[in-house]
Amino acid sequence: MREMIIIIISAILVENFVLTKFLGICPFLGVSNNMSSAIGMSGAVIFVMTIASGVTWLVNEYLLVRFRLEYLQTIAFILVIAALVQFVEIVLRKISPPLYKSLGIYLPLITTNCAVLGVSLLNIEREYTFAKSLVFGCGAGIGFSLALLLFSSIREKLETCDIPKALRGLPITLIAAGLVSMAFFGFQGLFAK
Amino acid sequence: MSVEMLIPIAIIGGLGLFFGVGLSFASKKFEVQVDERIKLIRETLPGANCAACGYTGCDAFAEAVAEGKAKADGCPVGGAGVAREIRKIMGTGTEEGGSPGEKDRKKEEEGQTARVLCGGTYDTCKAKYKYEGIEDCDAATALYGGPSACNYGCVGLGTCVRACPFGGIVVENGLARVLESKCKGCGLCVKACPKNIIKLVPRYSKHTVLCSSHDRGLVVRQLCDVGCIACLRCVRICTVGAISMDDQLAVVNPQLCMNCGECVKVCPTSTIKQL
Repeated sequence: MREMIIIIISAILVENFVLTKFLGICPFLGVSNNMSSAIGMSGAVIFVMTIASGVTWLVNEYLLVRFRLEYLQTIAFILVIAALVQFVEIVLRKISPPLYKSLGIYLPLITTNCAVLGVSLLNIEREYTFAKSLVFGCGAGIGFSLALLLFSSIREKLETCDIPKALRGLPITLIAAGLVSMAFFGFQGLFAK
Repeated sequence: MSVEMLIPIAIIGGLGLFFGVGLSFASKKFEVQVDERIKLIRETLPGANCAACGYTGCDAFAEAVAEGKAKADGCPVGGAGVAREIRKIMGTGTEEGGSPGEKDRKKEEEGQTARVLCGGTYDTCKAKYKYEGIEDCDAATALYGGPSACNYGCVGLGTCVRACPFGGIVVENGLARVLESKCKGCGLCVKACPKNIIKLVPRYSKHTVLCSSHDRGLVVRQLCDVGCIACLRCVRICTVGAISMDDQLAVVNPQLCMNCGECVKVCPTSTIKQL
């Protein structure tokens, strides 16, 4: 149990996928400009990451490892992730059209969100068990959401600031992202080995 | 050996098949009722995705029309024909414009085309200075009104070419020319031109004064070989009164023009051209 808590906290803070591993920057910058779509995106990413961790673990363990096809990991995982994202998209379109609209292109882009693939591959690399994979996936998703929500609130504040003309838009966003990332580096060594 | 190759194929293929079937099942189960009119309207539209209507593309425009946010005649590329089809789909009838005669309707349906109202190439129009800078009409125009001696003339650096989503404009010898077979009449070049010399004209209009200069005839003569010098010969020869003078510049009214071509013959500077 203690190990699970360590995994989830380190996935959220110490190994935050966006801010310390720099994975999934595209949706991070794309959807963080307002809070409501950031919340929607967070939900979608947590869901996809958790399920993807589980399914890819199963696929790896019972199909790839058994037949010694580990070299097919990347392609098989991408297939799983793509199918999952499609599924989320179909469901979301049915149950929440406004959210579906506000996520727009970023929802299908989770498919190519390297953070999701990163979680799946890290699970295998670290030889996590099924339960640990799920927890790590969920934690990574929460970490992504935390970064996204923190950052979208920063960006909403930035909108009203008097920013030098040359830095308006993406430049100031990237600078702010760098600063937030530095803050997160402070968590390094929280769980000393 | 062959089994070793077949297993990965079977596994990846099987996974794909499994997810494919699962997804198609899910899409049936979670099917969303889309407004059928959106699809019908989308099919009516030209599908150029040029965004000249103000929406991101034809899909967005179709949606906006179906929701009543956009007008049926909002597509400049489709013109009156498409607008009528859309009204039919929306069930709003043909209330706009009364009942135009069959001939007018035919004319309308041909749509519009952009035309560069300038004839000044490097050969025919003098230069003010030699421009060596960014290849952009806006940038050049900011510098003393552009390198062309004529303040109304085409800069010829291709800002309109880059604005055109259809590749319908070429710059030849310092003068932009619209390829009317490719032009869809979206009007993006009209907005892009810093000199405001590109205009949308009805496609049936064949005779145009290819000049935009409001300078006095004497000045035009000095600067350009093919500019309108406001000699009024075309105005006098035109039997239907389709040509009028607008501040030292002859203008053909396409609605009245009979395409007889008399004005082309009398124009001393060959400014009026039959296209």
